[in-house]
Amino acid sequence: MRKLIAAALAAALTLGLAACGEKTQVTVYEPGKYKGKLDAKPWDNEQFKGNQAAWEDAVKARSLAQNEYVRTQQ
Amino acid sequence: MARMKFLCDAERCIECNGCVTACKNEHDIPWGVNRRRVVTLNDGVPGERSISVACMHCSDAPCMAVCPVDCFYKTNEGVVLHDKDLCIGCGYCFYACPFGAPQYPQDGAFGLRGKMDKCTFCAGGPEKDFSEAEFKKYGRNRLAEGKLPACAEMCSTKALVGGDADVVADIYRQRVMARGKGAEVWGWATAYGKPEQKAAPQPGGKS
Repeated sequence: MRKLIAAALAAALTLGLAACGEKTQVTVYEPGKYKGKLDAKPWDNEQFKGNQAAWEDAVKARSLAQNEYVRTQQ
Repeated sequence: MARMKFLCDAERCIECNGCVTACKNEHDIPWGVNRRRVVTLNDGVPGERSISVACMHCSDAPCMAVCPVDCFYKTNEGVVLHDKDLCIGCGYCFYACPFGAPQYPQDGAFGLRGKMDKCTFCAGGPEKDFSEAEFKKYGRNRLAEGKLPACAEMCSTKALVGGDADVVADIYRQRVMARGKGAEVWGWATAYGKPEQKAAPQPGGKS
């Protein structure tokens, strides 16, 4: 009888602790990192010679020129 | 730093497809690939509206998130670009993109899907600026020339506006003020809803 109880207790203990070894099944997605070639800055060329401010001014002037309200009221 | 964006004014677009033609011509795009398309809503119904659609250069781009080979990158100017040398042409980005921007040229004898091609905001790609390799893979690099995308600059009615998001927003705001309507077409209420002031649907048109 004692052996039976001991066996039952051991089985209960084993089953009870079985869940402790369970691994999480939720996948954590991590954003990937770009693996390709590096691209040059748009102002790193002969026209702008690395002058970022000059490039920004050129693009801004073009952007503003899209507003015909400004162009027609000049 | 500029954050490049496109905006298409549905009140102005006349479906001329000038932007599509300008894009194809500027970058020598092969047959069957359309980096930009004009979509018409309620076609043929009085009050129909058209918008020009290409890659929207999303701030949190889903194509970047799903790419299994991580070939996408975002420039400091907010332009989403990719490295064609890494692309495997799997098509995941096409399914992830809400605008259908990724395109696949026919490649090989049996019409196999080639490497993905999409709008670059005329910013070229990860090759030496103005090189033949850059033009062949990604098209002309107008941004490095201090110019804006050809589609926006070519638009005859200036429906398609491109450039720094702040400037684009200012231009559109001024138009809406001049028109006295249209703020509801593209804006906070359209994106997130405004339950206390719901715009009544109008027959035949969007605005």
